[in-house]
Amino acid sequence: MKKATIQLETLTCPSCLQKIDNAVKSLEGVEQESVSVLFNSSKVKLNFDEEKISIAQIEDAITALGYEVKKSQVR
Amino acid sequence: MQRLILRNKNKIALISGLLIAVGFISKWTMGRLAIFEGALIIASLFGVAPIAIQAYQALKVKVVSIDVLVTIAVVGAFLIQNFEEAAIVTFLFLFGAYLEQRTLNKTHSAIKELTEMAPESALKQREDGEFEEVPVDEVDVGDVLLVKTGAKVPVDGTVLSGEGSVNEASITGESLPVAKEKGSKVYAGTILDNGTIQIIADRVGEDTTFGKIIELVEEAQDSKSEAERFIDRFSKYYTPTVLLLSFIIWLFSRNLELAITILVLGCPGALVIGVPVSHVAGIGNGAKHGVLLKGSEVISDFSRLETMVFDKTGTLTVGSPAVAEKEYYGDNIEEVLGYLASVERESDHPLAKAVRAEVGATTFSTVEETEVVKGGGIVARVNGHSIAVGNRALMEREQVELNEKAQADIERCEKKGNSLVLTAVDGELKVLMGVRDQVRPGVKEDLQKLKKLGVKNLVMLSGDNQGTVDVVSRELGLTEAHGNMLPEDKAAYIKRLIEEEGQIVAFVGDGVNDSPSLALANIGIAMGGGTDVAIETSDVVLMNSDFSRLPHALGLTKAIARNMKQNIVIAVGVVFILLTGLLFSDWVNMSIGMLVHEGSILAVILNGMRLLRYKSR
Repeated sequence: MKKATIQLETLTCPSCLQKIDNAVKSLEGVEQESVSVLFNSSKVKLNFDEEKISIAQIEDAITALGYEVKKSQVR
Repeated sequence: MQRLILRNKNKIALISGLLIAVGFISKWTMGRLAIFEGALIIASLFGVAPIAIQAYQALKVKVVSIDVLVTIAVVGAFLIQNFEEAAIVTFLFLFGAYLEQRTLNKTHSAIKELTEMAPESALKQREDGEFEEVPVDEVDVGDVLLVKTGAKVPVDGTVLSGEGSVNEASITGESLPVAKEKGSKVYAGTILDNGTIQIIADRVGEDTTFGKIIELVEEAQDSKSEAERFIDRFSKYYTPTVLLLSFIIWLFSRNLELAITILVLGCPGALVIGVPVSHVAGIGNGAKHGVLLKGSEVISDFSRLETMVFDKTGTLTVGSPAVAEKEYYGDNIEEVLGYLASVERESDHPLAKAVRAEVGATTFSTVEETEVVKGGGIVARVNGHSIAVGNRALMEREQVELNEKAQADIERCEKKGNSLVLTAVDGELKVLMGVRDQVRPGVKEDLQKLKKLGVKNLVMLSGDNQGTVDVVSRELGLTEAHGNMLPEDKAAYIKRLIEEEGQIVAFVGDGVNDSPSLALANIGIAMGGGTDVAIETSDVVLMNSDFSRLPHALGLTKAIARNMKQNIVIAVGVVFILLTGLLFSDWVNMSIGMLVHEGSILAVILNGMRLLRYKSR
């Protein structure tokens, strides 16, 4: 399990949160309970299994929704 | 293609805005309705594209977002061939989103300024002794680092060699430089104003004080209050409900225009954004002024504070006794002070420590025949003189005569709560010193400010005897003061206030032996005991345990609470006015609905931003 913090462009609508939340949770290899989308700091925090999914794939899923990923940190 | 469109959302808004302008100009100046309609159709097609894509993606993950409502509304407008409405609504929606992002960025600016102070690189010592620049992530505990003038200290560490002065504003909010030399602690994120130092890394990354502060502020911003959680739940069902409602209205009235107008009016923007905006701007202001508010529950409790309970020693007072009163009798005082310091050097009594600190540098002499008189003081011989240092009882034992002035001085000092240290040389009283734990400078003024801000009861609890407690209480103008209290008594006292009297209580203590009280109080504030402990145990963290931040913290939470209420009133009021307008008059159409709606979002954001400039008087 790896822990990722993904910094997004400024989020403006709370419904964006739900979109990102649902989208990321539906990804195979992402630990569902660990996903938290922070509105004010515009960050997504989650744990994922690096054997099933890469950070690039997670980023892609978010960009596909129309939110720019600024940088992500994996530990 | 989708991404291209989304990325250029702002440009699309601009183009559609221009097209709308062209359309209207041609209509008014040339009366060309064809150009007008054409321009508006293109404008709305352009404008709806990014909104529709977002709506589609939202639906894909089973969310009915505002984009869905707007897209349906625009499609509806097309169906009834009202291109003017379609174009204006999409333009306003996109432009509004752009403005919201711009202004929201501003509300985050205070916190961004803070996170940008995070160090990025460090000069790390290689095995051959040379220093090389590495990213701060590559620094481990125990590494030796070089910090040059003007550079940021990359980690929490201890100075190994060199000296300099450091600006610690990022940690303490205090911009006066602090001198550092071998053995001093330095903190990540602070700036070396001048000098060069080598340090050894004690804590790195998120473990540093600075790292913890950032984490805390970020968490605090996104911690949700009961009200916010309610609004979140509410908005989850709200948008689908609006959709359903407008469908029902269309079904019964067959009036498509009315139905799509409802869709636009129903966008919940200002309500969902109003509260978080006040919250973020407020927390940002605090972070800039050395006050960390841990979440919105804390803000709401603190703003309604009725009673503040203080620990005495180390919180209201300095915590270490110091000489407060001095009287000299006769000449050769310099010499006497030298003797006094020499004698006190033999003792580790707290009073002796205070006296030594007061006398400072002096000529020390050899002390002989030291005799400690229990409950009295010390008698010794220095340079052939007989020296007696101690209280009144010792003076009587040594048969030192106290003249009228001395007796008056002694009485006055005792009344003020001082412990007396009298010095007699060869049976003659030379020096009187009154030692007491002094009130922290400025505390009295700060307490007055708290009172003005609406705190009804200022209570002091202390383990000291009631006499001393009363003296301090009178000096500070407290409403209540209780002495002889053990930590568990203090906890019981706070419990009673909260449970039996239903008060909202803050406890300010030293964070070490008062932890039960800190935990029990609605708001716990730890002073001293190191920045770390204070950060972890407090609900409201005062940087550097600076008491004078307390009025700012209280005033700020009150301002935040007010601001949130204003925003809720704005949001609800706007929806109310639009709905009554729609039902009872004909001035409300889709475009006006969207305009007012976007306007109210901007209004709540701008109102929230006022908190960034809040200053306590």
